[in-house]
Amino acid sequence: MQFPILSVIVFTPMIAGLLILLIPADRKTEVRVAALAAGAFALVLSLWAYFSYDIAAGGYQFVEKYAWLPPLGISYQVGLDGMNAPLVLLTGIVMFTGVMISWGIDDRPREFFAFLFILATGVFGVFVSLDLFMLFFFYEIAVFPMYLLISIWGWKVTREYAAMKLTLYLFIGSVVALIGALAMYFQAGLHSFDMLAISLAEQAGAFNTAVNIFGRSIPFQTFWFPFVFFGFAVLGGIFPFHNWSPDGHVAAPTAVSMFHAGVLMKLGAFAALRVGIMLLPEGAKVHMPWIICLTLVNVVYGAFIASVQNDFKYVIGFSSVSHMGLVAMGFATLNKQGMLGAGVQMFSHGVMTALFFAVVGMVYDQAHTREIPNLGGFRRVMPLVAIAFIVGGLVSMGMPAFSGFIAEFPIFMGLWNGHPSWLWNGYGWVAIIAAISIVITASYIIRIIGKVFFGDIPAEFEGHVHDVRVLDKVALVFLSAIMLVVGIYPTIIVPLVESGVSNILRLLGGA
Amino acid sequence: MSLDASMFIPILPQILVLGLAMLILILALILPREQHRNLGWITAVGLGLVVILSLPAIPKQHVSLAWGGMVSHDWMSFSFGWLFIFGAAITALFAMDYKELGGRGEFYVLLLISTLGMMFMAAATDMVMLYLAIETTSIPLYILAGFFLRDEKSTESGFKYLLFGALTSAVMLYGFSLLYGFSGTTNLALITRAFQREGISAPALIGSLVLVLVGFGFKISAVPFHFWAPDVYEGAPTPVAGFLSTASKAAGFAVLIRVLMIVFPAVYSGTQIPIWEPIIAALSVATMTLGNLVALTQHNIKRMLAYSSIAHAGYMLIGVAVYSQLGTTSVVYYLIAYLVTNLAAFGVVATFGRIAGSDDMTAYYGLSRRSPYLALALLVALLSLAGMPPLGGFMAKVLVFASAVNAGLVWLAVIGILNSIIGLYYYLTVLKYVYLYRSDDEDKPLPVTRPYKLALVVLVVGIILVGTVFSPWFKWATAAATWWF
Repeated sequence: MQFPILSVIVFTPMIAGLLILLIPADRKTEVRVAALAAGAFALVLSLWAYFSYDIAAGGYQFVEKYAWLPPLGISYQVGLDGMNAPLVLLTGIVMFTGVMISWGIDDRPREFFAFLFILATGVFGVFVSLDLFMLFFFYEIAVFPMYLLISIWGWKVTREYAAMKLTLYLFIGSVVALIGALAMYFQAGLHSFDMLAISLAEQAGAFNTAVNIFGRSIPFQTFWFPFVFFGFAVLGGIFPFHNWSPDGHVAAPTAVSMFHAGVLMKLGAFAALRVGIMLLPEGAKVHMPWIICLTLVNVVYGAFIASVQNDFKYVIGFSSVSHMGLVAMGFATLNKQGMLGAGVQMFSHGVMTALFFAVVGMVYDQAHTREIPNLGGFRRVMPLVAIAFIVGGLVSMGMPAFSGFIAEFPIFMGLWNGHPSWLWNGYGWVAIIAAISIVITASYIIRIIGKVFFGDIPAEFEGHVHDVRVLDKVALVFLSAIMLVVGIYPTIIVPLVESGVSNILRLLGGA
Repeated sequence: MSLDASMFIPILPQILVLGLAMLILILALILPREQHRNLGWITAVGLGLVVILSLPAIPKQHVSLAWGGMVSHDWMSFSFGWLFIFGAAITALFAMDYKELGGRGEFYVLLLISTLGMMFMAAATDMVMLYLAIETTSIPLYILAGFFLRDEKSTESGFKYLLFGALTSAVMLYGFSLLYGFSGTTNLALITRAFQREGISAPALIGSLVLVLVGFGFKISAVPFHFWAPDVYEGAPTPVAGFLSTASKAAGFAVLIRVLMIVFPAVYSGTQIPIWEPIIAALSVATMTLGNLVALTQHNIKRMLAYSSIAHAGYMLIGVAVYSQLGTTSVVYYLIAYLVTNLAAFGVVATFGRIAGSDDMTAYYGLSRRSPYLALALLVALLSLAGMPPLGGFMAKVLVFASAVNAGLVWLAVIGILNSIIGLYYYLTVLKYVYLYRSDDEDKPLPVTRPYKLALVVLVVGIILVGTVFSPWFKWATAAATWWF
């Protein structure tokens, strides 16, 4: 039998979390070391899975399937394809660096790492899941630890409000999507939650029926697609349901912000793709033209809001909304370039935003303020942090030779290529307007670099701010290096994502 | 009628529980008062033995009536019997270290007699038997609710429970007498046959249905028969409140399902939908909405749990209302998950309240610093109540909602979902108190004695098992539900 690598990746954090809970509460160093070991283990395994995926063969690999509840057709089924392989790797990276960044947490670190790892198991589980029920199961596991992590270890000012808001938003989204998924399950009539089987049933025309609502007959896919898509896209931060996200980012402790913006938001976008677009492709074709307009609001409005924030962390929070809008936009084009770009953008943005939030956390830990006008000159005390932030900033602006370029360029290409039936001249105008966001992004990134890292250190910080820990530096170098490697040598990720995209395009009928 | 050994097989578990009760009664007379606490161990272990010894009585696929059609020997009665036994064993453990409760042998006897009544409730197929079983269950519970004689709240609770119980029981008895008057028999299956043969007018049918529902609605604390629950739970000794909210409610559901399915099947209304479906759906909506909304405003954790348990009865009623095999399966699955979960929640409250002397939510501030593992148990219980995986409540809710979507009652599922969002809010609020807020009592010790440790570990593991390893529970629930369809 083949080594069940995906299952090991999924359950490593959960088991590590439970073991950590058994360590006595006052042995804080042991807790941290155990957490780091688990993080490193998960990272190594996800790297191994990523690089041993056979692109030429394509399809789902490392598949494992066990019956879970046979009478209802629920199975535990995992598999890796071109779309989720980078995301599994991303989760491993963020988990590993997140543990390093959280070394300084002194209030109940045992519970902190346990909850964080349960969250990580949920994230891994959603990414590799090939069973609809299992996807929901892990999705919920990924949501509820956020409440505790934010409300216990978060920023004192807004944490209670933000944590509750975030949890309720995501919970509402997930149950709305659940209703849609149950409708699909019963409509397919297979007594199986196997997404591959449901997809085959869809291609065979099982969903070509109509839903009667208030006397009007609406095609099944057209009716249920918004339920599923928006239910998940809430977590992807789509306008107008993005409101929870900046508040959540700001209130969360550093490692949780990294997880949240770096991985969790991808979870929403990915699930919207897996369940929404891949299982209801006809519904996607009907709805995408107007959804693309929503994502345009995300991209431009998010960038504008980011540029007028004074709180360092809010800037990054809104920039996440803006960049995740690009991901949704890429998917919404429903063509090869757009989806490819979106797939790479999920990875690139995940690493970039994890780095941003790590930097914000380090600055805040030293300065105890995040008001941009009050900061300055941090280049002198923490030069490496400044360099890392500049690298992240260049990625954010989509500068060539950085991973952001590899991601954003195809998205705009996809927009030019898109030809929906009723929008004037395709999506070209969308691309033009969306491109404005790059300029705005450059403006707020450069403003932060100038205000926070250059200039003079304000007098009140003189002597009070120090350089960061060695582990923090390791984490930053690691994250920056990944973005550079992807930017310079895109072959490391592009063919992989392409193979995943071709799979989806087949479902969409060779669009 | 001659007696032979095989006749006792259908009521073997009941006989064993009765035997255990007698044993405890005798021991309580012999043993000195200081030793009575240990009767809790005997009760819990004895109930475990009952489960093992009753294995020969596992029902075959077909249903068999026994004792002149008084009781039915089927998976419904059998599996619910196990639930009650489990609930009683855990309750005995939780009561042990209350000096005025578990320190008195009578407590365990009353608990076991009540459990015996519940087991007959789940098995009864005759209205006379049913009524006797309900009273056998209720009368010991009235006493248990008022067990703290020196505590005003507890006596008030016992008295209130008695008054409400007597009233609703009288109304239900009136419903039974109407059914008897219309059909000329007390046997549930024969009533149906009589109705089919001779016909019955819709007002008469609905009238007797509503009267009977009053009694069952009281047992499961469905709105508008829920008024007793918060006051009784608040005043009653906490382990007893836990028992009331789980085993007693499960017994109510067993009776509700059996009577609705046998006496009021779909055939009368001439359609696929039974006459009671809109009534149960309306009860369900009212119960979960009111329960959740009022739970939001509670400051006492026992009252909050009381309203939350009302809300959970509402979710379960969805599964009853959809009238399908999946629906009934989901109710039984929900009951399994809910029993384990709510017992754990009340168990934590019992453990904590016994030491801290308060059930006020402000007393729970900083619990995670004071006793991390107790806080963790509460976390697991509350998140399971909120329906989060990998805990039992998640699968239970998914099944209930799935049965509603499957039956085309999407609106009912949507209302259920809106309600579970409200539920999530107040459960998370309690967790916020436990994990986030600080308190002056953080450094005070919070000893968790051995019976509590054992019971809480069993329950937490149980919650996780129900939420991850679905197959055995689902098969069990399906076996209990298959018979009706």
